[in-house]
Amino acid sequence: MRARLPLYGLMAEFDSAADLLDAAQRAYEEGYRRMDAYTPFPVHGLPEALGFHRTRLPLLVLLGGIAGCIGGYSLQYWVAAIDYPLNVGGRPLNSWPAFIPVTFELTVLVAALAAVLGMLALNRLPMPYHPVFNVPEFELASRNRFFLCIEAVDPKFDRGETKHFLESLKPRGVFEVEP
Amino acid sequence: MDGPETNERTSEQAGGGGADTVRERQGGPGDSDALVLAPGHTYASVTDKISSIVLTGKTPRGWLLGFGLSFALVMLLLYAISYLLIAGVGIWGVNIPVAWGFAIINFVWWIGIGHAGTLISAILLLLHQDWRTSINRFAEAMTLFAVACAGIFPLIHLGRPWFFYWLFPYPSTMGVWPQFRSPLVWDVFAVSTYASVSFMFWYVGLIPDLATLRDRTRHRLARIVYGILAMGWRGSAMHWKRYEMAYWLLAGLATPLVISVHTVVSFDFAIGILPGWHSTIFPPYFVAGAIYSGFAMVMTLAIPIRIFYGLEDFITMRHLQAMAKVLLATGLIVGYGYLMEGFMAWYSGNHFESYMMANRLFGPYAPLFWALLLCNVLVPQALWSQRIRANVPALFVIAIVVNIGMWLERFVIVVTSLHRDFLPSAWALYFPTAWDWATFVGTIGLFLALLFLFIRVLPVISIFEMRELVSEMDSRDGA
Repeated sequence: MRARLPLYGLMAEFDSAADLLDAAQRAYEEGYRRMDAYTPFPVHGLPEALGFHRTRLPLLVLLGGIAGCIGGYSLQYWVAAIDYPLNVGGRPLNSWPAFIPVTFELTVLVAALAAVLGMLALNRLPMPYHPVFNVPEFELASRNRFFLCIEAVDPKFDRGETKHFLESLKPRGVFEVEP
Repeated sequence: MDGPETNERTSEQAGGGGADTVRERQGGPGDSDALVLAPGHTYASVTDKISSIVLTGKTPRGWLLGFGLSFALVMLLLYAISYLLIAGVGIWGVNIPVAWGFAIINFVWWIGIGHAGTLISAILLLLHQDWRTSINRFAEAMTLFAVACAGIFPLIHLGRPWFFYWLFPYPSTMGVWPQFRSPLVWDVFAVSTYASVSFMFWYVGLIPDLATLRDRTRHRLARIVYGILAMGWRGSAMHWKRYEMAYWLLAGLATPLVISVHTVVSFDFAIGILPGWHSTIFPPYFVAGAIYSGFAMVMTLAIPIRIFYGLEDFITMRHLQAMAKVLLATGLIVGYGYLMEGFMAWYSGNHFESYMMANRLFGPYAPLFWALLLCNVLVPQALWSQRIRANVPALFVIAIVVNIGMWLERFVIVVTSLHRDFLPSAWALYFPTAWDWATFVGTIGLFLALLFLFIRVLPVISIFEMRELVSEMDSRDGA
């Protein structure tokens, strides 16, 4: 039954990061766009070879930091000057130098939360199921093997031709990825 | 790692001056034989070696013994805290004028220990120090557990600890808010932010390694648990890009954070008007002291772990020597802090300040002050010697001596200033009780018990960063 379902994609297994990087560049030149590479550690230049250049994450972190900063100061201002004003020796209610430490801590806290949650959200994690794990060899992607997967949704994808192309890259093996 | 970048990093190494210990890299005299990773390792070998410590079905007998002993101390801690909740803080030695006894001493000591973890994982990452890779994971774990121990003390010091949540700004029916002008409220924000960010940094670092454990384990339950914790990480190139970005941003955020935390802790003292506390040198002096004690604790833990688990290939002599140099440098800053305290006490011409110093030197707690100078200033000078830095047992002993010295420093700061402040009619002596000691020893047990659990169930060295290091070393050799 399962074999009749359309494939998720085709996956090639490589021995080294350099081979994979080379293969990714070749696939991009060939016109493939909907593909991803899987590596046991971050390989520099690989996302760019796959056509992925920028991430919005730094912007999210900046926005988080600004929100934490403004929110933190406003909280203290509202508490100390509006909702619960306490006259301490005639000093100003908006005693801003004393509010800096908490403002700083909340800036860092919200920015860090934005970095972690933003990274997970943009990566669509947690993801309980993903087709690439259907390939038994894929468990080595977290040890010492490097994988390139061209997805079936790519307009240029053709079961026979893509397989032929991947085999021309001299991988250890080419596998069909069940959806 | 591609060619040009590697070259850039090599020239950076050559440019780093020998005076700056943190930046000193491979190529220092006598250290050239010590590499950050023993040669001959591959992606597979580092992965298998580090994950095998966790994935073995057999728990080592030494682990059971160590965990059992520290767990017994956790029970002592729970006993001491339970009795405290029943009887109140009167069971401790604190009273007026010394109302800040062991609780604050231990709080500052523990939180300082935590700082080395953040320093190693964040600041050394930003400075491209590749020797951080094999020690950052357990240094971060150490941070978390030290902060957990630190957090206990101010809470149980509150008198009515069950109202601890009054410290947070929430719209209560009492209509009262925390006083944001108080350093004690700053402390709540600083320490809770620090604990949260340290946890996130540690967990984000763990995600790819949890995926490795999920893929490598043959145990069904372990696979489910690691699988849930790894959140479906599959090592996608685009994920790695965002992941690295998040990791670097977190490091950039954690760096000023760690400095701010001990600065705020020092404000607890410096904003008070007591002689010996009311001083502008406190923030930098506390931060240096925190790094000093933290590195001492990392060394105290790293030396037994590397021997017991046979990790000499990963935690090499180069790591120990680099840590010894950081220890020496920060120890000198701390020594300068002591010198300046003495100088300012004399130079200010302030009667109370100069009496505080005389009281430290010759008063009832003088033996502790001299012991502190011995432990923190005199003994670490041995690290100038190349032979001592290459001697593992000597490093272990020095690290423990520094740990003790930094605890004594906090004792001297807290107690000598409080017990004789201005009016002699208000003076008194402070003596800790058995309950003080039980709580302190109990937190050491809690710290060690958590570390033992961590070593058993999570990879003690960052596996994916070790694979990255293998790849960098390969391309460096090839270049």
